[in-house]
Amino acid sequence: MSKRVIIVGGGVGGTIIANLLAKKMRPEIRKGELIIDVISDKAEHFYQPGLLYMLFGLKQYEELVRDERGLLDPMVELHLNPAVGIDKDKNEVRLKNGVVMKYDILVIATGSKPAPEMIPGLKEGGHWFYELDACLKLRNELMNFKGGKIVLTIGMPHKCPVAPLEVTYMLDDWFRQRGIRDKVDYTYTYPIAKLHGIDSVAQFASKTFPKRGIKSEIFFNMKEVDPNKKTVTSIEGTTLKYDLLISVPPHKGANVIEDSGLGQGGFIPTDKFTLKMKDSKNIYVVGDTTNLPISKAGSTAHFESDVIVENIASELRDGLTPFRYDGKVFCFIETGLTKATYVMFNYETPPNPVAPSALIHWLKLTYNKVYWLTPMGIL
Amino acid sequence: MTEAELREIEPTVTIDARDAYCPGPLMELIKEMRQQPVGSIIELMSGDAGSAKDVPEWLNKVHQEFLGVISESDYWRIFSRKIIEI
Ligand SMILES: Cc1cc2nc3c(=O)[nH]c(=O)nc-3n(C[C@H](O)[C@H](O)[C@H](O)COP(=O)(O)OP(=O)(O)OC[C@H]3O[C@@H](n4cnc5c(N)ncnc54)[C@H](O)[C@@H]3O)c2cc1C
Repeated sequence: MSKRVIIVGGGVGGTIIANLLAKKMRPEIRKGELIIDVISDKAEHFYQPGLLYMLFGLKQYEELVRDERGLLDPMVELHLNPAVGIDKDKNEVRLKNGVVMKYDILVIATGSKPAPEMIPGLKEGGHWFYELDACLKLRNELMNFKGGKIVLTIGMPHKCPVAPLEVTYMLDDWFRQRGIRDKVDYTYTYPIAKLHGIDSVAQFASKTFPKRGIKSEIFFNMKEVDPNKKTVTSIEGTTLKYDLLISVPPHKGANVIEDSGLGQGGFIPTDKFTLKMKDSKNIYVVGDTTNLPISKAGSTAHFESDVIVENIASELRDGLTPFRYDGKVFCFIETGLTKATYVMFNYETPPNPVAPSALIHWLKLTYNKVYWLTPMGIL
Repeated sequence: MTEAELREIEPTVTIDARDAYCPGPLMELIKEMRQQPVGSIIELMSGDAGSAKDVPEWLNKVHQEFLGVISESDYWRIFSRKIIEI
């Protein structure tokens, strides 16, 4: 009987795992001993980090999207139907069309998404750039913005923890380029006592914000937005007035996770080293879907995928899972429209950004173009 | 609470944020405090000395109860109780 590895979610993590596993296990797939399935709720693979550039008109939709089938190894089966139930006791995944698929090993890679509805008034009164339609709407607002108060707010949890800072620096440069920076009163808020979760990045922000005229408000966790009065209030009791509210809404995991009782808020309790779902022997969790206290980022999903693939292959061949994830994360940080820095860290080593440079910015722009090699398992 | 009392506590949820450089221990606590029902006791394990100061300060601002902190050899165990909805 052939073994079946099912991967739910065809985003960064799911696609890398499917492709690397198909390459590694080619002999077994050819002999009919292994089947690899990807279950995806959409036919397109969208490069989310591109939204940060699309916001300024620097990227167009067609540059950020590819057909998922085209990215996948031909030996991987793709099922274009959302998973609506996962039964970990019966080893089954149920699709929306009623099909039930049995697995030997399951990989959950369903990602996370903004849930503005969690904050009263945010959907009506706020804007965000973390999703395509919302990004285009905000872009429209920005293109017509003549000046006034902009407030940036951040909900927990959220993916790409450096993006709020990046968008702040990019907006600052962009308003300068348009010659209206003096008409923009910009306030960056952050949930904790400093300007970013990473100490060194927070210090960098503390040094650069005053020079660039960026105001800040710490200990600010959104409680509610009043779209009529145009105010946003924090649970700490501060109310800020805005003309344009840009937010990173709190995120949720996929509905199927909560509906299947696998994790609160759609995030799954996961072992930080093996990346297996807690108390499970045959379910791996990758990327944004884990509840690990590390950055929800494409790079995290990428580095985790390498470990999961090695363990699945080794488990199928030898019954062993010796590989461990060391917590590695790598994130570029745009510090404007012409320069960038980066942070790299793992469970043991704290991050420390280098001085921003044009070279790192160009590296990021290059990566944006060659990203497709990552899900293909090449880069 | 005394250290002996804190050691007796059975938390509703424990967050192990000892290796959490980004987004960081307090961010994890904020997320959990919003998700858990009123009455929950949350233990936050942090390797960041700053947490022993930041966490009580934030709890005070949002009117949640700070129960105390135990200093272990290379990390801190910070206990809090959710007493009102946020
Ligand atoms: C504006 C922005 C900027 C970013 N910048 C960066 C950056 O510079 N660097 C970086 O590393 N990361 C960045 N990220 C974060 C990065 O995009 C995510 O962390 C990454 O995509 C997570 O990968 P994943 O595989 O966990 O989930 P995803 O890539 O989101 O994939 C999840 C997939 O599962 C599918 N799915 C969900 N539910 C179901 C279901 N029930 N059935 C079937 N399929 C389902 C989804 O449609 C999706 O295709 C950014 C994100 C945004 C929004």
